[in-house]
Amino acid sequence: MTPAVELVEVRKSFGATPIIRGVSLAIEAGTRQALIGPNGAGKSTLFNLVTGKYPVTTGRIRVKGADVTDLAPYEINRRGLARSFQVTNIFTRLSVFENIRCAVLWSAGYRYSFWHRVSAARAVNERAETVLEQLNLTARRDVPAGVLSYAEQRALEIGITIAGGADVILLDEPTSGMSRSETEHVVGLIRQVTAGKTLLMVEHDMSVVFDLADRIAVLVYGEIIAHDTPERIRANAAVQEAYLGVPQGVA
Amino acid sequence: MFTLIFFSLLNGLVYGMLLFMLSSGLTLIFGMMGVLNFAHASFYMLGAYVAFTLGLHLGFWPALVIAPVVVGLLGALVERQGLRRVHRFGHIAELIFTFGVAIVIEEIVQLVWGRPAKSYQVPAMLDFPLFRVLGSSFPAYKAFMLVIAVAIFAFVFVILTRTRAGLIIQASLTHPQMVAMLGHNVPRVFMVVFGIGSALAALAGVIAGPVLGTFPGMAQVLGSIVFVVVVIGGLGSLTGAFVASLLIGIVQTFAVAMDVSVGGALGAVGVHVQTGGALHDLWKVTIAQIAPILPYVLLVATLIVRPTGLFGTRET
Amino acid sequence: MSTAATRPLAVAGVARTARVRRYGLWVAAAVVLVILPRLVRTGTALAVMNQMGIAVVFALSYNMLLGQGGMLSFGHAVYFGLGGFIAAHVLSLAGRGALYVPVPVLPLVGGLGGLAFAALFGSFSTRRAGTVFAMISLGVAELMAASSLIFDRFFGGEEGITTNRSKAPLLLGLEFTRDRQVYYLIAFWLFVATVAMYAFSRTPVGRMANAVRDNPERAEFVGYSQHRVRFVSFCAAGFFAGIAGGLFAVNYEILTAENMGLTASGAVLLMTYIGGVGSFVGPIIGAVVFTFLQSMLSDYTGMWLLYLGILFLATVLFVPMGLAGVLMLHAPAWRARRLGRLVGPYLVTGALALVAAVGVIGLLEMIHFVAAADATRATRRLFWVVVAPRAVTPWVAFAALAVAGALGLRWAAPRAAAAFEAASRPARS
Repeated sequence: MTPAVELVEVRKSFGATPIIRGVSLAIEAGTRQALIGPNGAGKSTLFNLVTGKYPVTTGRIRVKGADVTDLAPYEINRRGLARSFQVTNIFTRLSVFENIRCAVLWSAGYRYSFWHRVSAARAVNERAETVLEQLNLTARRDVPAGVLSYAEQRALEIGITIAGGADVILLDEPTSGMSRSETEHVVGLIRQVTAGKTLLMVEHDMSVVFDLADRIAVLVYGEIIAHDTPERIRANAAVQEAYLGVPQGVA
Repeated sequence: MFTLIFFSLLNGLVYGMLLFMLSSGLTLIFGMMGVLNFAHASFYMLGAYVAFTLGLHLGFWPALVIAPVVVGLLGALVERQGLRRVHRFGHIAELIFTFGVAIVIEEIVQLVWGRPAKSYQVPAMLDFPLFRVLGSSFPAYKAFMLVIAVAIFAFVFVILTRTRAGLIIQASLTHPQMVAMLGHNVPRVFMVVFGIGSALAALAGVIAGPVLGTFPGMAQVLGSIVFVVVVIGGLGSLTGAFVASLLIGIVQTFAVAMDVSVGGALGAVGVHVQTGGALHDLWKVTIAQIAPILPYVLLVATLIVRPTGLFGTRET
Repeated sequence: MSTAATRPLAVAGVARTARVRRYGLWVAAAVVLVILPRLVRTGTALAVMNQMGIAVVFALSYNMLLGQGGMLSFGHAVYFGLGGFIAAHVLSLAGRGALYVPVPVLPLVGGLGGLAFAALFGSFSTRRAGTVFAMISLGVAELMAASSLIFDRFFGGEEGITTNRSKAPLLLGLEFTRDRQVYYLIAFWLFVATVAMYAFSRTPVGRMANAVRDNPERAEFVGYSQHRVRFVSFCAAGFFAGIAGGLFAVNYEILTAENMGLTASGAVLLMTYIGGVGSFVGPIIGAVVFTFLQSMLSDYTGMWLLYLGILFLATVLFVPMGLAGVLMLHAPAWRARRLGRLVGPYLVTGALALVAAVGVIGLLEMIHFVAAADATRATRRLFWVVVAPRAVTPWVAFAALAVAGALGLRWAAPRAAAAFEAASRPARS
């Protein structure tokens, strides 16, 4: 089975500093997986490499079997991979509805058209309304995205990511900065919108990780030290050492 | 032939150092505050005009010292009352603001001094040929310009690298927030740098006024070339500004001296162009006539091929 | 419409009134354009209206770049000018019988010319936004300005290119020998171009232009190349600028390199920004106000650019949302029907500002008079009063006005602001 995302011996250095030191990782299609690791391990860098924001120093990256190593972000996105950002990255001056609609336009086939009216594009508008409902943001439909509350913006962030119908979804710390109840709501949302798709998320909140993930990959100092089911990761001595410094029994 | 090359080289060097005096201030301001100061050349113009007027009453040498100080203070005022307010709206707003300042300064210059060029003279003390080579002479005033430019460069270099204030400025160039966290008054550093940059531009105006002409359009003419220098050298890089200044200065000076048609020049290197046709006008014109557009051709070429410039690391 | 059929009847009713209101605005605008010449008497007023019409098209095209796309260009007049030059040459050719191009089609020719050059220069200009884009636009503008001296046959050297609209072949017997006829041509193209530019902002690429402006990185991650989106906007802006240039060629029958130059590019930046870049109508307001001030002020003073420059700086510093933005700020007060409460405080503030302005303008004009050192004249007319700038009294008078106005503003402005706050507060139900 072709993995949804595959990294082969990927290395990335910024100048003389190696950040990713030879990562080989295969994410099976249809699974929900989490990428965890201590701060500074390189998780966001790995995301940026896969999504085309940074070029790799060496190595290859494949999405659904196709090599995407040197492609621009929009080219990778058009192949069915979408990502969210750790620091909310939305279209601040557009309304909430417009934010979602922009994310649907390309996959709906409109490309650079200047001969269609978006208000008349029924499929696009309906899809945007559906996603808006899933996010529970219908009441905030016409509000400029910049004035939303933090949690609403994080939800919108996820909405923009999935609205285009990508089947490989990368979420970068989707619940960062959220309260318990907000986190629960977002976890439910993620479970709903990634049903039947491939999910890879970076997370620090372990309860979210163990709740959602089928498999967990652990990144420490730019290397994957473990990639396994949650139970075995929990019991893995190397992982415990990386997080806690000294081999310990799990609390 | 030798005289042509020798004097073109010298004149190009003088012109290049003048460009560097202007572009170094612009680079400092851009590197620190991220704003490309459209009004930088306007302070150059103000320096020339203020020095001209002061010179009429006090003489060239006092004006040489006072004019840059006056304009520098004005620059600091513009930063404090204007630029600082616009800072939070982003770089585009800052650029638009400095554009407006440039317009207003040019109009005020016309208002106070009128539209015709001023006969800003070289001081009698320096108005003699420094040396003669094969019949052509090199004016002492140009040597003076070169000396001043090199002295300024050395002065700025020493201040930036050997003094504590210079270290703070260098740090603010790349890490303004960190410097603020360390307790330094970064807005005041910005104001000081903007003021000093403006004073440097004014000084360039004081010494270039007699040679390049003192007229209300002088800011626009030189300002555009200085932008070219800064972008080709690399936004934010002083070394790049230095190299690009000399490059443009020498290239333009050489081009102006070449009375060969473009078609002829291309023919000399083996490229044959057809006479007649749509680009006929381009081939029959001399290199001296296209000298003014050479910097812009270089600019566009650089921006296409290497947007970060020769030595730059940032694009915005 | 299909969507109306799927919604409940009440919502359909609301949608219908919204649509009527929206289309009604366009119909009203068209009506105003048609009857306008009948409301003005003098030939100069008509000439100014023609000038305004051209400026509006130019400014709207500029805002496609600045307001919609977040691209600051210092060289947009290049496409205006090139469109105009091409239109002028085509008009001359048509006059000689070499081409069948009637005058009404000419703006389209200008538009295609602008489009062609925008595609050429835009291919590399639009790779980056921000400061680099601004610098490229400046470089291209300077390049074209210098090239105009080289390509004599196309640009006509220092005198420029002249043409004659009365020699062109007629379309449906429509002649354009009188200013009024030219006005209707300009009004027609103004209407068509405005509708087209508004429609463009409602298309997929128009919406993505806004998205790329707000967050180019995110736009890439929803599948759009920011370079391509900006390129399309750039070409469209060049097209409409070329239409404005074509209208200019028809109206003035002469084009010079100045029409392509930095001053013209600066002017369109000023008028668009003063009007307000954040809305569609901003540039329209800005172009009208700018043209009006320019033509009115240039009759009285040589310093009109200084005043417009000061107005521009004031806009950038204090009201960056522009005139349109200021109007829209009053929308809550209008909805709450409390605008009436603002009339008093605003009048007072306005009057005091006027006093201060008179003082400052008086001082500036007198400086200009003295500095120009015209020994033959001792007085000049200033504000309908004969003033002797070499005496002390006028200086004291104007300075007093300026200071009094400024102090008065200090007192009145906070009160006006407080009144505004009170009027804009949401109505308690």
